[in-house]
Amino acid sequence: MIRRLKPIVFLASLAPLARLAWKAYSGNLGANPIEVITHSTGDWTLIFLLVTLSVTPLRKLTDQLWLIRFRRMFGLFSFFYATLHFLTYIWLDKFFDMHEMLVDIAKRKFITVGFTGFVLLIPLAITSTSGWIRRLGGRRWNRLHRLIYPAAIAGVIHYYWLVKADVRKPLQYAAVLSLLLGYRLVISVFRNSRQTTMQDSRARACKSLASCPPSVRPAISVTTSRIRGEMLAGTKSQVDPSEAELIECALSGQEEEFRELARPCEHSWLLKLF
Amino acid sequence: MLIKKPADIASSEITPKNVYLNRRNFLVGAALAGAAVAAGVGLNERRSPPVIVQANAKIDGVQKSKFSTSESVTPYKSVANYNNYYEFSTDKYAPAGLARDFKTRPWTVSIEGLVKKKQILDVDSIIKLAAPEERIYRHRCVEGWSIVVPWIGFPLSVLINRVEPETKAKFVKFTTIYDPKQMPGQRESVLAWPYVEGLRMDEAMHPLALLTFGMYGEILPNQDGAPLRIVMPWKYGFKSAKAIVKIEFTENQPINTWNEAAPNEYGFYANVNPNVDHPRWSQANERRLGDFLKRPTLIFNGYADQVASLYNGMDLRKYF
Repeated sequence: MIRRLKPIVFLASLAPLARLAWKAYSGNLGANPIEVITHSTGDWTLIFLLVTLSVTPLRKLTDQLWLIRFRRMFGLFSFFYATLHFLTYIWLDKFFDMHEMLVDIAKRKFITVGFTGFVLLIPLAITSTSGWIRRLGGRRWNRLHRLIYPAAIAGVIHYYWLVKADVRKPLQYAAVLSLLLGYRLVISVFRNSRQTTMQDSRARACKSLASCPPSVRPAISVTTSRIRGEMLAGTKSQVDPSEAELIECALSGQEEEFRELARPCEHSWLLKLF
Repeated sequence: MLIKKPADIASSEITPKNVYLNRRNFLVGAALAGAAVAAGVGLNERRSPPVIVQANAKIDGVQKSKFSTSESVTPYKSVANYNNYYEFSTDKYAPAGLARDFKTRPWTVSIEGLVKKKQILDVDSIIKLAAPEERIYRHRCVEGWSIVVPWIGFPLSVLINRVEPETKAKFVKFTTIYDPKQMPGQRESVLAWPYVEGLRMDEAMHPLALLTFGMYGEILPNQDGAPLRIVMPWKYGFKSAKAIVKIEFTENQPINTWNEAAPNEYGFYANVNPNVDHPRWSQANERRLGDFLKRPTLIFNGYADQVASLYNGMDLRKYF
């Protein structure tokens, strides 16, 4: 299913570029084509950044774990459009005049902040492979990839500082970004309470289990033990240890207990967020 | 200061006007309300009979001007479809469509302030004040792009002289129409409406300052400032107010809309100057629409020989 969906999502993510290319080819990029290319690649960088940042909240809200498997692709597409955006700037605006580019970066704060955002994305793109996740270890990898937060903030500020008077569009991006980052902030505050964490992950485990048909449970069991192995080896921190443990226990037949644990969250949609 | 003369690019081909706009040809202003002209003074006796104003109507008897550049004229299609006209939209590609049904007749211009002949003038009487001239001007936007446009109009000084400003009058203030029903951009508070621009009296009286009602041999398209605008070729584009309904003579320097919006970024003078950066971007270069490479921006947009003397002794960094 996901295997079939992936190429479709991949091609859809290329559509903005294809559209630009088609318009350029058919001479429909308007009076100032370079401006259109610059703005469009910049827009799509931000859009993909926001999409990337919404994967995790969406996954948690909907209990659709498979969503996570698209996160890397979205992140890389954001980097892809950011690269095109940057290339448009150094090629069509600065004509590879590195000196002038450096002066610009130092002097123009909207370029400084935009360039910073772009630079922050580079290590994320490089370490996006499974090999790098292994090499860095889950925890360190996760910590490194939090750079997407300042990168996205920089991107939105870059846009906000660029416009002359009409800040409505940059503010729309800012609103979505605040929502996505605010969500994470709230969670991290709640996470500080260990009690909450335990309860949440239990509830989450129960919910995912309850929605699984019995036939796929053995598969979950295998996955769970793999995850646990990875966690013990320090290479995986996506799943809360207690969550994995609970899933495992549940699979070994203690469903009664889990239904009991799941009860509090059934009445609170808020808990679902965690 | 060494002022480079613009290298006039010998260009034989003036791009033929491309009838690009699928604009309905519409007839407006057939009924010119006689009441539009209120006071029976000044130019009213010269008021012409009702004119049928047709979008893209040809303007006859247009004279050439020695002030025209011989640089390649930007295609009509670009000038008529790429407009910074925030009254309609902040999207430059939108005004061409949004302004399609904008009513430019009947249209009056109110002459107010420190002037002997205060009056309300019909736009059709104004455009008949002098023989139409074609002025092919460079036009540089503060955003860093530029175009070359064959405007049609006559010197703004013609109108100013007719209305006889008082000696106290030091500035001229131009106000654009405020009509949110017709101008969707004015329903947003992106700028403080109505749009106001101003000139020092000597700038307004300068022979290059053009009172404009046409381009490319025709009546101005609505999205380019119809029915009446000014064109100040040595200043950034935002100084060239569009769709003017009021011309006021004042003693004090008016506050122009962009200056009000961002005083550190947009001054009153807004003379094109490659040496004074916009706080957020460089003004050293510009992209002429249609060009791949950017070109250096010229001081006073290449009109230094004509206008630099207006600013003798002024610190152009301070009075940007």
